[in-house]
Amino acid sequence: MSTPAAPVRPLAVWLAEHESTTRELRRSIRAFTRSASSVAGLGLVLAFLLLAALGPSIVPYPEDAQGAVHLDRKLSPPSAAHWFGTDEVGNDVFTRVVVGARVSLRIGLVITLVGALIGVPLGVVAGYVEGKIGEAIMRVTDMFLSVPSLVLALAVVGALGPGILNAIIAIALVWWPGYVRLVQGKTLALKQEVYAEAARAMGAGRARIVFVHILPNALSPIIVKASMDMGTAILTAASLGFIGLGAQPPYPEWGAMISIGRNYLPVWWWYSAFPGVFIYLTVLGFNLLGDGLRDVLDPKSRGA
Amino acid sequence: MKTYVLSRLAFLVLMLFGLLVITFSISHVAPGDPARLAAGPDATPSMVETIRQKYGLDQPLHVQFARYLTGLARGDLGESIRSRSAVLDDLRRYFPNTFELVTLSLAFAVAVGVPLGMLSAVHQNRWVDHVSRFVSVSGVAIPAFWLGLMLQLLVALHFQLLPLGGRLSLTAAPPEPITHFLIVDAALRGQWATFGDALRHAVLPVVTLCFPALASIVRVNRAEMIEVLRQEYIANARAQGFSTFRIVTRYALKNAMIPTLTMIGLRYGWMLGGTILVETVYDWPGIGLYAVNSAVSSDFQPILGVTLVIGLNFMIANFLVDLAYGWLDPRIRRHATAA
Repeated sequence: MSTPAAPVRPLAVWLAEHESTTRELRRSIRAFTRSASSVAGLGLVLAFLLLAALGPSIVPYPEDAQGAVHLDRKLSPPSAAHWFGTDEVGNDVFTRVVVGARVSLRIGLVITLVGALIGVPLGVVAGYVEGKIGEAIMRVTDMFLSVPSLVLALAVVGALGPGILNAIIAIALVWWPGYVRLVQGKTLALKQEVYAEAARAMGAGRARIVFVHILPNALSPIIVKASMDMGTAILTAASLGFIGLGAQPPYPEWGAMISIGRNYLPVWWWYSAFPGVFIYLTVLGFNLLGDGLRDVLDPKSRGA
Repeated sequence: MKTYVLSRLAFLVLMLFGLLVITFSISHVAPGDPARLAAGPDATPSMVETIRQKYGLDQPLHVQFARYLTGLARGDLGESIRSRSAVLDDLRRYFPNTFELVTLSLAFAVAVGVPLGMLSAVHQNRWVDHVSRFVSVSGVAIPAFWLGLMLQLLVALHFQLLPLGGRLSLTAAPPEPITHFLIVDAALRGQWATFGDALRHAVLPVVTLCFPALASIVRVNRAEMIEVLRQEYIANARAQGFSTFRIVTRYALKNAMIPTLTMIGLRYGWMLGGTILVETVYDWPGIGLYAVNSAVSSDFQPILGVTLVIGLNFMIANFLVDLAYGWLDPRIRRHATAA
């Protein structure tokens, strides 16, 4: 209604109309970039995503990721041709570690998404409905939280049998309770807010209050948790891989690589050393990013 | 306080029941056929059937669950297919080792983490603070199993400072068990050579296992301390001329410890999970290694046994943390009793 010449709305008009939003955004970006560790986290995550996106097309020996065999150059130390050395069948460790980024990204995404997709709705219901249903959801959540996730995941993989898919299923199955806890608490607090109260008074239905007034405001802590979880989920999957219950060789997963490389210590140290560095940097990146996002999006819960 | 303890205790029992439901469900919705697994690859169908009947696997689920519970009440956790011995006996043998490892690690994490967090809060943005923040971000990101391997590589193999793994050297005489905690028993029996040897074997596993806990204790204690030091009663104490040391240790620490305690309780549980990795790396004969060896050979009952033991320990730890809360903060006690 503001400008009749709708097709050529200049950017300036759009900016003017959304001034408060852009101002808020600029302020957040400034706050985020002021913290060196947040920027470092973002950098690590971007580097990881870049590796995951381009990995297979930029590595020097793409066929090595699928488990090619070159026995003539097995277990050679790091050199100009093989930055991270080669493994017991002569595969380039650098190639396999870089391709492993995509594997880890996929693992982290699936686990975090499934965890959030199960946990967030349950948390909203538990927080909004309260009563018997809410109580029941929270008790079950507490029970799942009473066993360390790695132990439960181990039990589930033990039942399903080893393999990367089973490991992902197992971890995803034990991942949701954290989201229920978080979202339930948030929902409980948000539904007392004046604007939710007002919406209810004006006759808004439950669904509208939940989707329009509660979820958007609970989004920040969920995003922060999801960022942290990407790292932790990758770490957990790598742990199962290391034990021998996750990804099976020659699948280029970091934990499984360390598991095999362990047999070649101490002489052929590069085999298990480099994948570990990549796990560390990836998890570190997501943690620092999560911390930085929390400081900007959800400053009240800092230190929790 | 009594009602508070009782209400927490009732909660503990409820949680334990839930844990049993979870472990039972995991074992029974699994696609594998436990009877076939137990019978071995060469078993005839009739042998599988006999085993199915022997373990009651042909009964309806609720009957099996009731059987499972009565079995548990008698201490029957099933049998390990691999070792052919009762899971309870295996757990009795391995658990003290894990308990020693976790207790030492937690003690170390608290003994280093709390002062480091305090120092870092008092000297914000100085080098102590930078070091402790580096520790606290790295600790949770570094894969424990990889850290363990690298420590073995450097400390045990390259510099030959400490043993590579295991609990004792072959030459060391294990003490006659009194408490079944090796280090304690060696000291009680006066076998100081064995005691020293056991301690040397414990150093690397303890450092590896405590690192994530240390990191989060530093982090929480630092954040909380900074918060507490801003309070008015601290400003008042400063105005009265008390030394920083006295203010921090006598007046601030108790309040800063409440969230730190939660973290310690949580971390105790996660450490029990971490033993799975650390014991595998250091060949430490505890329940973590037992669970891994069982999982790798599809031996299911021991994994459930370990899950139960770890869950139970975690719950007891949280129960103790709740009690400590009530002691540290009378408001929590009153609130929980009223609710």
